[in-house]
Amino acid sequence: MAAESAKVDPMKQFMIEPMFGTDALAVGGYNIAFTNSALWMVIAGVALFVFMIGGMKRELVPGRWQMAVETFTGFIDDMLEANVGKEGRKYVPYIFSLFMFILFANLLGLLPVGLFGVHPFTFTSHFTVTGVFAILSFGIVLIVGFFKHGFKFFSLFVPHGTPLPMIPIIFPIELISFLVRPFSLALRLFVAMMAGHVLLKVLSSFVIDSFGAGAGFGALVGIPSFILMIGISALEILVAGIQAYVFALLSSLYINDAEHLH
Amino acid sequence: MDAEAAKLIGAGLAAIGAGMAAIGVGNVFGSFLESALRNPGAADGQQGRLFIGFAAAELLGLLAFVVAMILIFVA
Repeated sequence: MAAESAKVDPMKQFMIEPMFGTDALAVGGYNIAFTNSALWMVIAGVALFVFMIGGMKRELVPGRWQMAVETFTGFIDDMLEANVGKEGRKYVPYIFSLFMFILFANLLGLLPVGLFGVHPFTFTSHFTVTGVFAILSFGIVLIVGFFKHGFKFFSLFVPHGTPLPMIPIIFPIELISFLVRPFSLALRLFVAMMAGHVLLKVLSSFVIDSFGAGAGFGALVGIPSFILMIGISALEILVAGIQAYVFALLSSLYINDAEHLH
Repeated sequence: MDAEAAKLIGAGLAAIGAGMAAIGVGNVFGSFLESALRNPGAADGQQGRLFIGFAAAELLGLLAFVVAMILIFVA
């Protein structure tokens, strides 16, 4: 990478490409090519499966692996217990799968395997994917809410003790804030993951370009940028965990709304 | 002003929103830490609320980022 000005396109990493020659695979006119996004979903699923199988041996004296799995399940169990109460137990499988899948996806997308020519793809940095997660959560809220409370579910939009003249104003506001939930849920995860990856790529272009401009520039700009990249990578690992947690936490809060109507 | 230039200036202005969100997130964690040190016993029970506040503050900064990205790459 001596003299040429490296063109690092920070958006190229989000490109979806068909793989294994399945470009033209179509069902009913819709292209269903097996893309790199799908490949990394499969990898995340398989990694999660292996992780869970390894820890579900139900040994009397749990080993390290089983302890790791039990920490995660206990964590989600406690979260639902605290936010939804004892009715929350039946949502543990859903919230747990959601949390672990997002966590594995975020962390796998950060793997530095690009060094070996395999480019990890963070599928949670796509609005289509996180949007489907959000629709799942929101759908569960709607189904549980209407199934359990019927049309009384609409009382969710009129908080207790609202004065009568205020109801025409409060109702639309609460309705809009309710309907925005899936968007904010999906947007938060997708943008947080995308922003971090774009930032890393922009900093990497600083490193490459500054060293391309000469050793002086490299020492002045490139090395501090590289150190910053290391720090940002550590921050990204934290963000990967926090975003998965926030997604699960907000999903459980919305489920609490559906279960208990305030 | 050139439309392209206006877009880039707008994207730069969106960074103000990101900075404001940084203040908000710092406020959330700062206030939590301040009160957690006063009453460490109650701190663990408020972790969920801490992250709800964090998520709400962060979302607005991320929206500013989305505005910048839309201005640069989409509009």
